Amino acid sequence: MKTHLRSGALATLLAVAALSGCATATNPKDPFEGFNRAMFSFNDAVDKVAVKPAATVYSNVVPGFVQTGIGNFFGNLGDVWTMVNNLLQGKVVDGLSDMMRVAVNSTLGLGGVLDIGSEAGMAKHKEDFGQTLGRWGVKGGPYVVLPIFGSFTLRDTVAFPLDFKADPWGYKKPVRWRNVGTVVRLVDQRAAVLGASNLLEEAALDKYEFVRDAYLQRRTSQIYDGESGPKGKSSLNQGNQDDDWAYTRQEAEAAETSAAASAATAAAAAATEPRDQSGVEPAIRTKPADAAAKKDAQQQVPGSKLQQPVVLPVSSVSTDQTLMAEAKPSSDL
Amino acid sequence: MNKFKQLFAIALSTASLAFAGGAMAQSAPAAPAQAAAEAPDVLVKRISLEVLNAAKADKEIQAGNQRRVLDLVEAKILPHVDFQRMTALAAGRFWRQATPEQQTQLANEFRTLLVFTYSGALTQVKDQQLEFKPMRGTVADNEVEVRSQVVQARGEPIQLGYRLEKLPSGWKIYDINVLGAWLVETYKGNFAAEIGKSGVDGLIKVLAEKNKKLAANAGGKVAKSS
Repeated sequence: MKTHLRSGALATLLAVAALSGCATATNPKDPFEGFNRAMFSFNDAVDKVAVKPAATVYSNVVPGFVQTGIGNFFGNLGDVWTMVNNLLQGKVVDGLSDMMRVAVNSTLGLGGVLDIGSEAGMAKHKEDFGQTLGRWGVKGGPYVVLPIFGSFTLRDTVAFPLDFKADPWGYKKPVRWRNVGTVVRLVDQRAAVLGASNLLEEAALDKYEFVRDAYLQRRTSQIYDGESGPKGKSSLNQGNQDDDWAYTRQEAEAAETSAAASAATAAAAAATEPRDQSGVEPAIRTKPADAAAKKDAQQQVPGSKLQQPVVLPVSSVSTDQTLMAEAKPSSDL
Repeated sequence: MNKFKQLFAIALSTASLAFAGGAMAQSAPAAPAQAAAEAPDVLVKRISLEVLNAAKADKEIQAGNQRRVLDLVEAKILPHVDFQRMTALAAGRFWRQATPEQQTQLANEFRTLLVFTYSGALTQVKDQQLEFKPMRGTVADNEVEVRSQVVQARGEPIQLGYRLEKLPSGWKIYDINVLGAWLVETYKGNFAAEIGKSGVDGLIKVLAEKNKKLAANAGGKVAKSS
């Protein structure tokens, strides 16, 4: 089973490498999009036909406490590798906590079935070798979807066989119990998220892209333990880099300005002689910002960009409020 | 298999729950003054706990009463979210190319979609507990990030983060982080792809059709607005 999967992963890598030549790269993060989409649909189909139905039966038939026990048992096995990776990343405190966790859960927790460690305040931190590589400075590289296993980066695809090999359950004898256990583990993990899996369907316009873009962000966040980048780089600032909002407010004002300008032009055209400002007053909203904008507009060609707008707090606020009011639907859902 | 996908979905649902809640006190006319005085982390915490408790306590929500869920979302979450900005950020550079009418339509449809998604998730809350981490930024800033996580009976904690901006009407959420992924950033690709295919109107159409389908799936209990 194990070697099977490993060679499968390798074959995938090769296939990905082969495909990269002919793929039309639209997204720099995802040069293998054609291949990935095919794998994504394949995984989806397998889930629909086999895994999800099995998980549904499992969650309906198996008592809740047994499900929790099964989840804990396999989680405890995974914690051993988490410990190693935390230590490899130099996170000694976390690593030692993981060691205690495994020790406590394996003994007092009856071989991992009870998660006493969590109750004792030793939180679970999942770490894999891909995260360790990332911590060491290896870039994620392109996005890859593996058959059955789902989303990965190229780096994690390379690291994955090691994660697989490090899993204690892979050495369970006899082999038939190992295989049964592997299936139960898979079904249990799927069952844990049964109720929510339709949500993604609802939320995404393009499920593939949605999962990809969320996954790549999540991976970065995992590597830096909740940050969007190496320490010191605030995710808040990062998010603001492409913040078009300030610009949008200016645009809104500019739009009003050009509207006022064309109104003024129309009014001027209608009357043979130029009218004064009050003539166009009813056409637009009465606001201090508008009055100011209108003055500008009269000296400007309609439709031109607002010259370096000085957005006073007051005017931007009123524009904002107006937009909010307009955006709000009249009735509830 | 596809574990992340499912994890993300469940987290999305929990996220909605976690922040769905607490606007009840806020919907009163006196709300702005009160909201402005409230620190962003305090606000998020209060909303989160109220929503979580409301969802846990409401038997009809647990049973999947869509109407009740939508009401809860409408009353409690919406007053604290700046959908206009959320949409502008998700649309990125295309927002500037859209006409004001398109912007309004886009924000409306996006809002409806998110409300449906969150409402669908609200029925999932059972035994989750919330923990809060120190806020990034101070009350003196105009933008802060509030971080929390949902601790479940089984599985890893789910990280939830919120970006808030200071407006005269109080602090407003304009982006949500679920499991390390920001909602706006995640929708950006979807938006850009649709706009690239068939323009801003195309995106509005796709969103509207999706919302119509979701409304139909809600069993006719929900009358589509606007």
